[in-house]
Formats: sequence, C-alpha cells, structure tokens
Amino acid sequence: MIPTLGHGALMLALLIALAQAALGLAGAARANERWMAWMRPLTATQALLVLMAFVALATSFVRHDFSVYYVAAHSNSHLPLAYRLAAVWGGHEGSLLLWVLMLVGWMLAVAWRSRGLPLVFVARVLAVMSLLSAGFVLFMLATSNPFERLLPPVREGSDLNPLLQDPGMVLHPPMLYMGYVGFSVAFSFALAALMGGKLDAAWARWTRPWTIAAWVFLTLGIALGSAWAYNELGWGGWWFWDPVENASFMPWLAGTALVHSLAVSEKRGAFKAWTLLLALLAFSLSLLGTFLVRSGVLSSVHAFATDPKRGLFILVFLALVIGGSLALYAVRAGAVGLGQRFGNLSRESALLLNNLLLVVATGSVLLGTLYPLFLDALGLGKVSVGPPYFDSVFRWLMAPLLLLLGAGPLLRWKDDAFSTLVRRLRWPMASGLLVLASAWLFGGAASAWSCTGYALAGWVLGGVIEDLLSWRANWRQLTRAQWGMWLAHTGVAAFVLGVTTVQTHESSRDLRMQAGDTVALAGYDFRFVDAAAIAGPNYAAARGRVEVSRAGQPVTTLWPEKRVYRVQRNPMTEAAIDSNPVRDLYVSLGELLPDGSWTVRVQHKPLVIWIWLGCLIMALGGALAASDRRYQRRQGRP
Amino acid sequence: MTRWLIPLVLFGALLVFLARGLNLDPREVPSPLIDRPAPAFAMPTLADPARVVRREELLGKVWLLNVWASWCGPCRTEHPQWLKLAQRQPAVTLIGLNYKDERDAATAWLQDLGNPYTDSLFDPQGQLGLDYGVYGVPETFVVDRDGIVRFKHVGPLTHAVVREQIEPVLKRLGA
Amino acid sequence: MKRTLLLCAWLVALAAAAQTVPVPSNDAALDAHVQALAAQLRCVVCQNESVADSQAPLAADLREQIRRQLREGRSDEQIRSYMTERYGDFVLYEPPLSNRTLMLWFGPALMLAIGGVALLRLLRVRKRLPDEAFDPDSTF
Repeated sequence: MIPTLGHGALMLALLIALAQAALGLAGAARANERWMAWMRPLTATQALLVLMAFVALATSFVRHDFSVYYVAAHSNSHLPLAYRLAAVWGGHEGSLLLWVLMLVGWMLAVAWRSRGLPLVFVARVLAVMSLLSAGFVLFMLATSNPFERLLPPVREGSDLNPLLQDPGMVLHPPMLYMGYVGFSVAFSFALAALMGGKLDAAWARWTRPWTIAAWVFLTLGIALGSAWAYNELGWGGWWFWDPVENASFMPWLAGTALVHSLAVSEKRGAFKAWTLLLALLAFSLSLLGTFLVRSGVLSSVHAFATDPKRGLFILVFLALVIGGSLALYAVRAGAVGLGQRFGNLSRESALLLNNLLLVVATGSVLLGTLYPLFLDALGLGKVSVGPPYFDSVFRWLMAPLLLLLGAGPLLRWKDDAFSTLVRRLRWPMASGLLVLASAWLFGGAASAWSCTGYALAGWVLGGVIEDLLSWRANWRQLTRAQWGMWLAHTGVAAFVLGVTTVQTHESSRDLRMQAGDTVALAGYDFRFVDAAAIAGPNYAAARGRVEVSRAGQPVTTLWPEKRVYRVQRNPMTEAAIDSNPVRDLYVSLGELLPDGSWTVRVQHKPLVIWIWLGCLIMALGGALAASDRRYQRRQGRP
Repeated sequence: MTRWLIPLVLFGALLVFLARGLNLDPREVPSPLIDRPAPAFAMPTLADPARVVRREELLGKVWLLNVWASWCGPCRTEHPQWLKLAQRQPAVTLIGLNYKDERDAATAWLQDLGNPYTDSLFDPQGQLGLDYGVYGVPETFVVDRDGIVRFKHVGPLTHAVVREQIEPVLKRLGA
Repeated sequence: MKRTLLLCAWLVALAAAAQTVPVPSNDAALDAHVQALAAQLRCVVCQNESVADSQAPLAADLREQIRRQLREGRSDEQIRSYMTERYGDFVLYEPPLSNRTLMLWFGPALMLAIGGVALLRLLRVRKRLPDEAFDPDSTF
C-alpha cells in the first residue's frame, strides 16, 4: 500500500511540475499575474508530494518491506535502523529521489525568501527549477523506479553494501546533494535574467547568498566524503582523483569561481556576462557529474549500477538543459553591459585572475577524467589517468592561486598601485617565512613543493591577518561578509598546511606481526597484543588489539577490525585511528596468515585532521558570509 | 555574436564523446599481446606432474588457451561451451591453464564437468598467468600456427561470443 | 556454540583466501621500494586503486613479483616494462608522454595560455573604450 502511494505521489509530482513550468514561463512571458500567482502554491504542492514519496520509501525500509525491489536489494532484517534510513539513498533509484527532494526543498526556500523580488523573475526561476524537477522525476518513473515491486517478496534482503554502513554515509550524500542541487538556484537565476533581459547589481546581490549556501553544503559534502574514505577504506588515503570524486570537485571549483565573480558583479557591476556563464556552468557540471556516475561511461568504485538506457536518458536531458541554456546564453549574453572601469592592478583584475585559474583547474580535472574516454572513442586505445597526473597539474595551478589569495583581498577596488601594495604585503611575507622556518625546525629538510606549500599556507594566513589589522580602527563597520571571507580563507590556509605536512612527513610500515610483536614508527611503539573473534549486529569480525606507547608511556589502545558481513561476504577493513590536532595514528589489519600471524599496516600522519578541519572552517566562513545582513533585508529592496 | 557561441560548441563536442562513450566499456583492458608471440612456457600438466608441455610443441597448430580455476564461478558457467567447442572444432587444440588452483580440486572439477582440453597446464602460483596478462578468470586466447596471439576474450564464453567472435577467427587462421 | 563455529568458519575462510597473499618481509627499505613502485601501477582488477593500495589478489601477486624482481636486482624501468608488456600502458598510473597523450599533458598549460591571452586582450580593449561604454546597470 505504502509503496503504491509513494509511486502515485511521484506521478502526481511530475504533473504538477510540468504544470508549474508551463504556467510560470507563459505567465512571465505574457505578464499574466494570475498565472504567476500559482508559482508559490504549486511549489508547496510539489514539495509535499515528493516528501510523501520519500517518506513512503523510508517507511518501506524501516518496516523491512522486501516486496519493494529497491528495499530488498539494499537492506536486510539485521540492518540497524540508522543504516536502514541511510539505505534510502544507498542506491541509484533512492539517491535520485533524494536529489529531487533536495530540489523541491531549495525551490521552497526560494519561494519563501523571495517576496521582495519581482514576480516575473521569481516565476521564471521557479519554472526553470520545475522543469529540472520534472526531468528527474520522469527519469525515475521511466527507468529507475524506487517503488518497483518484487513479487513474490523475498524473505531476506541482500543487505546494504558494508562500505556504506558507516556514519559518514548518513551525512555525506545529503550534504553533497544539497550542494549539487543548490547550484540549480544560481542556474535558474541566470536563466531568468537571460530570459527577462534585466541583469543588474541587484541580480548579483540576490544570487550571492544562494550560491554561497550551495557552496557551503558542497564543501561539507566533499570533506565528509574524504573523511569517510579515510576512516572506512582502511589504508589511510583521503583523495583518489576517482572519477566520481572529480565529478563533485568540478562543480566546487566552478562554484568557488562563481562566488568570487558574483562579488565583483555585485560591487562593481563588472564581469556580468562571465558570471552568467559561470552560473550556468556550475550546475551544468553537477548534471554532468550525475551522468558520469550513473551511465557506465567511466569506471569507478563509486559508480552506481549502470544501465545504458539510463545513461541515454540522462545524456538527452543533459543535451536539452545545458544545450538549451548555452544557446540562450549565446543569443542574449552579448547585450549585457560592461560594468564599471577598473585598472590593471586592482581587486577586480585579481579576481579575474582567480577565476581564470579556477576555471582552468576545472577544465584540467575534466580533461583528465574524460581523457580515457576521448582516446577510446577515437579508437586510440586505452590509457589510464590517475593521481600522478592530477596531483602534478593541480599543484602548478594552485600555487599561483594561493599566492593570489594572500594578496588579492588586500588590493583596492578599481585601481591600486604596486608600491603601496608591497607595504601591505608585510604580514603575508613574514607569516610565510615563519611557517616555513617552523616546518624546517620541526620536520627537517623537505622538497621544493613542500616548502612552497608551507610558505603559501603562511602567506594566505598572513594576508588575513594584514587585512584584519588594517580594519582595527573601523572594526565596528565590519560586516559578516568580511568576517566570513577571512574565516574561509583561513580555512584554506589550514587545509594547505594539513595537506603539505601529511604528504611530506607521513610514514608507514607494512609488516607481519605475531601476538606480542612490536613495531616502532615516528617515535611511537605499536605492540600487537592479539586478535579475537567478535560478532556485530550483522557481521562477524576479527578484532585486533594494539597498544601504543611513546617513550614507555602508554598513549592509547587501538582496535582494528577485519569484518565479514553475513550477507554480502566481502571482507571489510575497519581501521583503528587515534586522532588529535597534531597527528593521527592509523592501524589496519591486512590478512590472517596460515601461521596465525597478521599482516598489519601502521601509519603516522601528522596534522592530517587539519585537512578536514580546514574544510569545516571554510564552510563556516561561507555560512557566515551568506548570513550577512545585506542579504537579510527582504531581497529586492535596494 | 560568434564568441558567445563558444561554450555551446564546446559542449556539443563533449556531448558527442559522451554519447560514443555509452557504447564503450571503460573497464576493458586490451591485451598488448595481440599480434605478438605467445609468451613461452614449459609447464607441468595437471593430470601428470612429470609431463611438461612446451609452447614449441604447439607450433604448426591453431590452439586456444583457456584460463580457468575450480574456485571460479563463471568458469563453471562457460564450461559447456568448451565441451561443445571440442566437438565442433576437432582440428583446434584446446589447452587449459589451471590458474592458482589446487591439483586435487582442479582434477575433481574436470572429472565432474568433463574435460575438453588436450592438456591443462598447472600454474598454482599464477606465474604463467602473469606472463599472459591475466587479470580476470576465465580468459581465452587464440594462437595461430606461428605462435602469434591473435585474439583474447576476457570473461566467460557464451554461445554468441563463440559463434560471432571466436569461430570467425579460427576460420581465418585456417583451422 | 553455533555462533562460535560460524565465526571460526569465517576466519578459516579468510585464512584460506589469504593463502595467495605474500608475506611482507621485515626489510623496511625493500618494503618501501616495493610500495613506491607499486604506487606507480594501476590495479587492473580494482581499477581505481594503485597496486600498492589494492586488496585484490592480483595486486598482491604483482607486489610479490615486484619484490622478487627487485631482489634480483632489476631496475625500476625494467620492472615497469615487464608490467606494460603484459598489461599494456593501461597499467601505468601515470600516463606516459606519447603522441596520443600530448593533449593530456599540455592541455592545462594550453588552457591557461589561451585564457591568459584572452584576459590580457580584454583588459587592453576595456582600457581603450570611452567612459560612456561603461554602465553599472543594463537592461537588454
């Protein structure tokens, strides 16, 4: 009964979405107030229906309704409740439903918070978002129905993939999707502006908080994914340049460029055509990511079960949405004004350079991710592109960007002089040298790239300090946007520090250990006491006990596990990690050898937690900036 | 007007590649051994550890190498195709490569399911498999009379694969 | 009782599966060298992991092969060739620079150059425009 209700709700939602799109676009074109007045109530209706469908699916999981194929494929009667709920988005069909839920959520937010905006504009925005929603719901109903029945129902489900039975799984996809889908707001704002012909500073001010909010979620989503991989995959890696990771990183890079470009468009009216393009690009990359992950075009540990029919549907959807918006751009963007003048050395030109570097970075990630496909499609054989490529290209692009990050906010708008700029760079230079010197002191000699990383982390931090200090006389006038910017940039510095330190100074040992053996690493002693068999709710495991001490003093006890989940039978490595702000100690079990000993990997990772803390700080900065009072005024009022 | 079209044009090109990509398999790893000499070997057989089969003995014959193991599910699924192949192509020599297996289990497996192979090479460490670039069991190689590898198929043989891909190659090689 | 038996069965299964896993030596330098080389190779089974990181049996075999060859005194280049002869270029984690990967390796620099030139030209054009061309708001 409940699955049928859910299915019905989705079908209704499709009809409402189509109706809303038609009424919105036609109403705006003809300035028909009565039609446009339907926008908000229809948005609420769509939201309610999609929520009903989502709740129906969640309920089916909670009640172990194995007559629903999706539930049977991703759950099990022994699966703990939290993971049963997370399993709703554990597979392709359910994750699409989550996507649409997020979309109608953002639509609701836009409808609610846009009372001060012109109705024509809002109608267009909601109409475009309805078209997107209709597309995704149609995709579900046609090729990926989460409510497909399995009759007769099986008695026991296939269980959720053990890799997904982790707290990170509960948060990571929702955060990520909030980000992906959030960029559809900027996308819709851009299309509405192109359709309506009005693109002013006010437009940029309206768009900014939505874009920053989406960026915040995406940052958190990516950081969670990385932290989850580190915790769950068992060998201490946190970023693999996997096609699916890249699919989330590209919208993030474009989104970062967009956030900065919007700043210029808002303040100085410049870059408008470029900002429009970026707004279209960011969401287009989200859609492209969806395609890459679900079509089977790229191989990835992350990819959902693939089906060429699904791939074709998304491809056509992509062609229509992205092609359509870029076509409209081609026709209309040329008439956008130039905004105010700015000199060659100014905040504007620095932000222009920032955008250039970020967009080239996005393009490079796209190139690397799709290159194997390009060659294969041209019949030129197979090649694989992995971390060595991405790491080296990325470093070369990020270094100048970080240099810009430290100095850029210190540049004046409109026009600046190099001589006075140099004076303002005291703190960045001092701070860069300080961090570098400390790194040498604590860590010893390091490679050129390491030194660059340390110096740049310090430089960026110094830039924030310099800016802060320059405001000390007028600190009461500081806005949340400025505090947010400093916080976000500090987060970047922390991130760079974490990455540089880990990559330069991490160490590991891979060896066979008998009960009672000890291994020394980075000043710590790891004693492998023994391994015992234990049982979890839906798995059996061997749990090792490793006692860690330093110079004779006990530090901690670690319990790495090797689990075998009862249903899916893949052995899973649960690493044991001891974290603190200074270092992580990471122990994972390998295999049980015939003589009773275990292969064990022991790792020491200094400052690794700052990778994710840095992202968190960036996100907090963004959230602070988005909450600036300037945006809190009823949107639309000057 | 023209420069505003650039994003659309670039996207169009991307779309073409993505469409093409839907028909390709990104996981497939092409073998570098195609049109190159089959790696040499002198391996003991499964049935008789004292007897050694060398690659040189197979020169002048068209032969198939089938990588299989008793622990491999898909090998069991494809096995009937091999029995059929033995009947349909009596002129072709079928050599099995028993990969990372136990002698007893493998012998029992052949007894249970039937033995289409002239001989099965016994490779418990997987060393010969490595030489042949084996990464997924089962795999099938077609080698011509001069000892050159002409075709490789990864994954279980199906009726379609045998009829549409393997047999045409055999015919071309004059089997 | 039954549970203990079940647990033991699983552990035995694990142990059996582990028969093909090589035993890392307790020679840290050799280990490090093996890991370094293995990190340059792609695991053909779990294709998004390097041979160093992958838990697949084939990856373990390849690591063992690398260890054996390093002990025999082969160079890094020889071992890489050994792998590409058998598995093709695909097995190299870092795509080699060849005619078909030119676009890959020079693409980013090319994009940067084109973007940079476009940027400079934009600035130059803007400089020459009269003040009337600049307009903070526009309706079109």
